[in-house]
Amino acid sequence: MIKQLFKFIGGVHIPQYKDISCNTTIQQAPIASQLVLPLSQHIGSPSVPIVHIGDHVLKGQTIAIAEDYVSVNLHAPTSGQIIAIEPRAIPHPSGLPAQCIVLQSDGKDQWRERKPIAEDYRQLDPSKVRNLIREAGIVGLGGAGFPSFIKMNPGPSGHIDTLILNAAECEPFITCDDRLLQERADEVIQGLFILRYALQAKHCVIAVEDNKAKAITALNKALETVDQSCIQVTAIPTIYPAGGEKQLIHTITGRQVPSHGLPIHIGVVVQNVATAAAIYAAIFRDEPLISRIVTLTGDVSRPTNYEVLLGTSMQSLIEQSDDSPQNKIKRIIMGGPMMGFAMHSSDIPIIKTCNCVIVDKGLTAELKQHGYTMPCIRCGQCADVCPAELLPQQLYWYTKSAQWQLSQDYQLFDCIECGCCDYVCPSYIPLVQYYRYAKAQIWEQERETEKSDHARERHEFRLERIEREKKEREERHRQKKAALGKKDTDPKGEKTKPDPKKAAIIAAMERVKQKKAQQNIQAKNTDNLTVAQKKQIEEADARRKKVNDEDSSS
Amino acid sequence: MLTAVIVLSVLAGIFGLLLGYAAVRFKVEGDPLVEKVDKLLPQTQCGQCGFPGCRPYATAIVNEEADINQCPPGGEATIHALADLLNRDPKPLNPENGEEQGKTVVYIDEENCIGCTLCIQACPVDAILGAAKQMHTVIESECTGCDLCIPPCPVECIHIKPIQQHWNTWAWPAPQISEATKTNNLLESASHD
Repeated sequence: MIKQLFKFIGGVHIPQYKDISCNTTIQQAPIASQLVLPLSQHIGSPSVPIVHIGDHVLKGQTIAIAEDYVSVNLHAPTSGQIIAIEPRAIPHPSGLPAQCIVLQSDGKDQWRERKPIAEDYRQLDPSKVRNLIREAGIVGLGGAGFPSFIKMNPGPSGHIDTLILNAAECEPFITCDDRLLQERADEVIQGLFILRYALQAKHCVIAVEDNKAKAITALNKALETVDQSCIQVTAIPTIYPAGGEKQLIHTITGRQVPSHGLPIHIGVVVQNVATAAAIYAAIFRDEPLISRIVTLTGDVSRPTNYEVLLGTSMQSLIEQSDDSPQNKIKRIIMGGPMMGFAMHSSDIPIIKTCNCVIVDKGLTAELKQHGYTMPCIRCGQCADVCPAELLPQQLYWYTKSAQWQLSQDYQLFDCIECGCCDYVCPSYIPLVQYYRYAKAQIWEQERETEKSDHARERHEFRLERIEREKKEREERHRQKKAALGKKDTDPKGEKTKPDPKKAAIIAAMERVKQKKAQQNIQAKNTDNLTVAQKKQIEEADARRKKVNDEDSSS
Repeated sequence: MLTAVIVLSVLAGIFGLLLGYAAVRFKVEGDPLVEKVDKLLPQTQCGQCGFPGCRPYATAIVNEEADINQCPPGGEATIHALADLLNRDPKPLNPENGEEQGKTVVYIDEENCIGCTLCIQACPVDAILGAAKQMHTVIESECTGCDLCIPPCPVECIHIKPIQQHWNTWAWPAPQISEATKTNNLLESASHD
């Protein structure tokens, strides 16, 4: 059990702006006539549509499936007809469109058949539970959108000592997790039991920032009715970014996640409270992830939290809450003011990772943008507040002068882009923008290198192929030439069918040879000669020679 | 004295043999510097540098037959990388070789393609698919944008198009900080003071 909390280095105290939206109950947003569902609402590869244009679907029906490991299914948030599968605007800082399924609601909101497993999940194998969560399309609802089933796997070592449920909600303005805990604490706790079962974790900690007294009370009340021996609700100090995964782990356990490492490597798993509630809904009610709680806040008439069907446009949500003219809107920010990004239009759908929509009409001081920057005065405040214990100023110089390697040496990739350095910078330097730009450039370069390596491989293969073809052609020519040369000396058909005349001649010649060999018997009178005989032979030879010489001379 | 001389001579002999063996055993095939230079080049194989491909250009750079500023597709980034590697001074891109342009690919206007296979023979990375008297097409993911297929085409049906930006390969732009605003604001705050 946690007895002592640890303070992480850095962090900032920022005005909270939470009471704007946290005092009203969660409201059901009306079903929009048209829902736009991006195929990629999570980290990993996009899901693949299994419906066609014109198909009628029921609420909760799977409309796109995960084909890769890091991916999840997508479901119809209401019943209706698929009217398009095409690129549409999505909530992304680029403002570029992405493939979406467009669903025209029929207004009936008719569910598919549901078969909840409820308490029986304890009879299932943990891997089956994980698979159910994957099929229910559940991803981390805190903002990053990592498929939850992967983080429900205890890994090969199977040793998870602490499961942390993250309800810190440290960014200003956002209150969706706070409201969820106040209203549905029991669902969160049931979800936590499912997570604990899948991970076989020893301890569970629900971490809530100490500025959410009502949420803590609600949690403790809900815990009274269940076996609470392994669950502990811990109030952590309110400081931004206490809800960052690595910061939260440090606060609770005092352990640090290694650079480029994962929490699971140190036996810790962190899940968001809203994810736990979604897991509860999937197991106990057989409801896939088709809606989420979104804080609508900022400069609107009635800021509150909405339970919104995925795919509902931000525009229709703002219309629900705001009476004053829309055209005064300067920016719509998705996420918090520290880490969120501005939308390029208001006709953008709510997706699984959208926890907050902030409307900026220039009335809230904290959202004001400084239109200018001043030179860095090397005050070092950024280094004091950096929760990743980096040197933001050094990183700034290196990224500004495009020295990517040096910025990587200074652990650019450990930057969590929390924006603390931006917030304290007295010169209003947009430091995080520089880091994001640098990271993007480094990834871009990696992609380029990969592409050029691929091109080189193909080019070299082509050269090799041309060379090989040339050799093969030469070889063929040589063989053909050799074949032609043979033809001249050896008339056609001779080998297979010998000419009878020639055969007769050869046979005759053979016979003559044999005869000659028989006749050509070596004269035996040359052996064992007497001296007189030898003399006679020599005389005869001399005479013959003499005659020959006379002949030749004459 | 004599012992020292003998010992040193024997040692020298042993090490000499060792080095000689190592030189044969661990001989590096090819020129490793050419390899390194080639790795920095963009591998479009476009020939704009005046050499028939990236590797010949890399060899020429190493042999000091070519300058490091002759690669338009690589542009400034490649020149800087080459300058760093070879310890030479970076210089602006040689305009004779061309200008640095955005990344492009080509596509074949399939209506007009007559299936002559000339572009297939020109493509240095086998990115064009087709057969004689059959329609050809460019495999976009393999195209390096070298544009070598354009001149041989007898019906001019190959066109250049910029690579379309996709949201998941989109890169955050550099922070926009205008110098003018910066100075104005500084002057403003100074005058207020």
